[in-house]
Amino acid sequence: MSGTRDITVTVNGATYPVSVEPRLLLVDFLRHTLGLTGTHVGCEHGVCGACTVLVDGDSARACLMLAIQADGRSIDTVEGLGRIGQMNALQESFHTHHALQCGFCTPGMLMTATDLLQKYPLATDDDIRRGLSGNLCRCTGYEHIVRAVRAVVDKRKAAP
Amino acid sequence: MSEAPEMHVRPKIVGARIKRTEDPRLLTGLGAYTDDRQIVRPLHVAFRRSDQSHAKIRLIDSAAARKAPGVVAIFTAVDLSEDVRTLVATSRMKDYHATPIFPLARGKVRYVGEPVVGVIAQSRYQAEDALELIVIDYEPLPVVIDPEQAVRDGAPLLHEEAGTNVLVSREFKRGDIDAVLASAPVRVEGRFRMHRKTPVAIEPRACVAEYDAGRQALTLHSATQVPGIVRDALAAALDIPGHRVRVIAPDVGGGFGGKGSLYPEEIFVCAAARRLRRAVKWTSDRMEDLLANTQGFDEIVDAEIGLDAGGHVLALRADVIGDVGAYSIYPWTAALEPIQVVSFLPGPYRIEHYRGRVQAVATSKAPTGPYRGVGRPTSTFVMERLMDMAAARLSIDPAEIRRRNLIPADELPYKAASGIVWDKSGFHECLQAACNAIGYDAWRARQKTARANGRWIGIGIASYAELTGIGSRISVAPGMPINTGTETASIRIDSTGAITAAFGVASHGQGLETTLAQVVAEHLGARFEDIRVIQGDSAAVAGGTGTYASRSMVLAGGAATLAAQTVRDKILNAASHLLEASVGDLAVQDGKITIVGTDRSISFADVARAVYSEIGKLPQEARGELAATKTYDPVFGTTSSATHIAVVEIDPQTYQIRIDQFVVAEDCGKLVNPLIVDGQVHGGVAQGIGAALYEEVRYDPQGQILTASLVDYLVPSACEIPSIQVTHVESASPTTLGGFRGMGEGGTIGALAAIANAVADALSPLGVDINELPMTPERLFRLIEAAKAETRS
Ligand code: FES
Ligand code: FES
Repeated sequence: MSGTRDITVTVNGATYPVSVEPRLLLVDFLRHTLGLTGTHVGCEHGVCGACTVLVDGDSARACLMLAIQADGRSIDTVEGLGRIGQMNALQESFHTHHALQCGFCTPGMLMTATDLLQKYPLATDDDIRRGLSGNLCRCTGYEHIVRAVRAVVDKRKAAP
Repeated sequence: MSEAPEMHVRPKIVGARIKRTEDPRLLTGLGAYTDDRQIVRPLHVAFRRSDQSHAKIRLIDSAAARKAPGVVAIFTAVDLSEDVRTLVATSRMKDYHATPIFPLARGKVRYVGEPVVGVIAQSRYQAEDALELIVIDYEPLPVVIDPEQAVRDGAPLLHEEAGTNVLVSREFKRGDIDAVLASAPVRVEGRFRMHRKTPVAIEPRACVAEYDAGRQALTLHSATQVPGIVRDALAAALDIPGHRVRVIAPDVGGGFGGKGSLYPEEIFVCAAARRLRRAVKWTSDRMEDLLANTQGFDEIVDAEIGLDAGGHVLALRADVIGDVGAYSIYPWTAALEPIQVVSFLPGPYRIEHYRGRVQAVATSKAPTGPYRGVGRPTSTFVMERLMDMAAARLSIDPAEIRRRNLIPADELPYKAASGIVWDKSGFHECLQAACNAIGYDAWRARQKTARANGRWIGIGIASYAELTGIGSRISVAPGMPINTGTETASIRIDSTGAITAAFGVASHGQGLETTLAQVVAEHLGARFEDIRVIQGDSAAVAGGTGTYASRSMVLAGGAATLAAQTVRDKILNAASHLLEASVGDLAVQDGKITIVGTDRSISFADVARAVYSEIGKLPQEARGELAATKTYDPVFGTTSSATHIAVVEIDPQTYQIRIDQFVVAEDCGKLVNPLIVDGQVHGGVAQGIGAALYEEVRYDPQGQILTASLVDYLVPSACEIPSIQVTHVESASPTTLGGFRGMGEGGTIGALAAIANAVADALSPLGVDINELPMTPERLFRLIEAAKAETRS
């Protein structure tokens, strides 16, 4: 498996021209080539959702994509959401509602929820549950995660 | 303890819904889990694991793999035999057979997934490439898969040296069980099967060993719940003094018991790092996790209760076979899970006569270890099913039969028939609170109407008690190599006035950085945000084990209380000189010492400066280090209890089970942070629901594992878990410092039984009995078909 390919990937707004092995997974590229370890690996087979990132605005599993498939595309990871002291509304809501325990599923949950909040009205809690059903959390029993997302939806509705 | 008067006038910090200290870093992608660690030139390990259930290793040929690109070294058990001393999980239990713990299989393999060869390469990708080039010649041996066959004479042996597959057997007995059962007016019995589970923390295990050749010192970062236990074991296995081995559990992505034992991979990376003088790293993939992580709950229970005509249980008998898998886990031993089943089977009930027998049987499957609830999910499932079966037989309501049998408050403390002592805990209060919360009577009425319309709706109750925060007098396996009964806190205020509190516990989602800081702030008189908690580090205190068995708040919280009170006394002493007031006139609050009734005060930082830096400001006697280390031992531990009630509806077409409502009323004593307690209960219940309805590790008759991906081993998603209501019956524990009780596992303990009873209740018109979990749609279908066939014939 020798030989590398040149690609240009935009991650959280910064552009990286890099040379990678064709078989390198996108998630390994983010974590180990760029050092963005906020995106996690929970299964490497597309079930747990811990590796969820946004690719050109849509949620995708970084363990099921190769880095070279991200060539010319724009990736958003948890590191781009908001920093300590300036967390965004979704991060703050997770904090307020205790929607994370070990925190390992959290980056994937946040990215999936970001996508859901952009695209769907999420009128009922069942809608939120269905939207998050591709992300496994073993700690929280989902109760507080649903409440955290619900609070963001409600606040959004209240805003003019 | 401090003689200082109670000085808290502000709202209490213990008991407040404080947002977690851990969260900001975890929410912004700045957590530091083991695999996140950035190291200079690390080497990567991939393990060639056994694809045989039970076989002799004839030959390992690694020649081709050695030449593969990037490969630095390849080790087998033989290669490491000089580097690593054999460890054994010892115990004084009679008839116990320990099994040796090796980093790699030696001579033979005993389960599919057992590590046999370790390949070390420049990258993980290269290490995995080279794995395929290794040739292992196995001589297959008879598999040992069925635990009931494995106990028989003449069964093939997994560990020849033991001379038996029964690694330990025990009996608990009180009273005259046979006579009382024989004369009991009502008897109900059943054979119950709890199928094997696996913890599935979303972070798979990972460990990385760094070797400082100059200092001859090892540092292991490991996704573990028990850094102290691992440090002590590594020091022994590698023959290095403890001050040159440090085990750090950084941010850890869940454990649930699955990261609560010593693992071969941890020994391997350390031995390899020392040999190669390089950092050596291993991160499990999910398949390895499902193959080789410790599994849990695998029992066959034959049990019977005898009752009087009024529904009072007179006697209980149980025979348990626990399938413990291939090895006796370190340090807990094979006794851990199955023996807890018989210890806890009598539950929170007044039962005079009891006999529980248990055999822990080795099979060629992954070893079992601690998994959330340990033994009690099974014991509660069995006892609560028996209660409901008896209630049905006697036409007593399930809530009522429990009311008649729960130990009344005025009989607590009560010594259960297995020897466990329950201290004062809200057994009856929890039952009542759960019934109120769910609207029990209203549901029963609704159920009647629904049934008349042919709908399958069921209501299931489960009451249980557990022993938490256990002290030094109680041991899961008497004589095991560690002490689980104490924890230490070391608190200090440094010369900048900053407060550091260090512990031997190891949070992996519980939020101990938050809750322990609450306890310290409360007793020190400091501000919550000024305290930094150090945990998950074997170097934090001289001796500590970690976080498991619902112990950390009780033990570390107790130690924190003692140490904080001592430091507060030292601060007060120094401040009394600086403020020229007597200690009795001082109050400590929000990091300030004030002369009561005046506006004269001094901050912790100013006191610290006077003590450490401004020599001459204080007399010698008042310049002692503002620090204290205290160890706490709750001696026996304390009782936590709860009642869970589930309402389910079964779809008569698809046999899908939908949970309509789930309520928990629990008594975990004084709550430190209700937000965190609720989260723990929710998560525990979700795991219990998974165990009751979806999760099962399956092996085929050849010992091949059939659940090697998350497509086959089903972990519930947000759609399978209902909204969970939690009510607290907060009766402070009379036996622990601060009145805390443990509560990390309870959610799982009650949920399986509540679901099982609800499903059985829903199907009671069909005469279907639920005695096996998980109750998958397929099992349900077979049961219902069988019941229908019976009615037809
Ligand atoms: S790691 Fe990508 S879905 Fe699990
Ligand atoms: S918070 Fe631990 S897996 Fe979700």
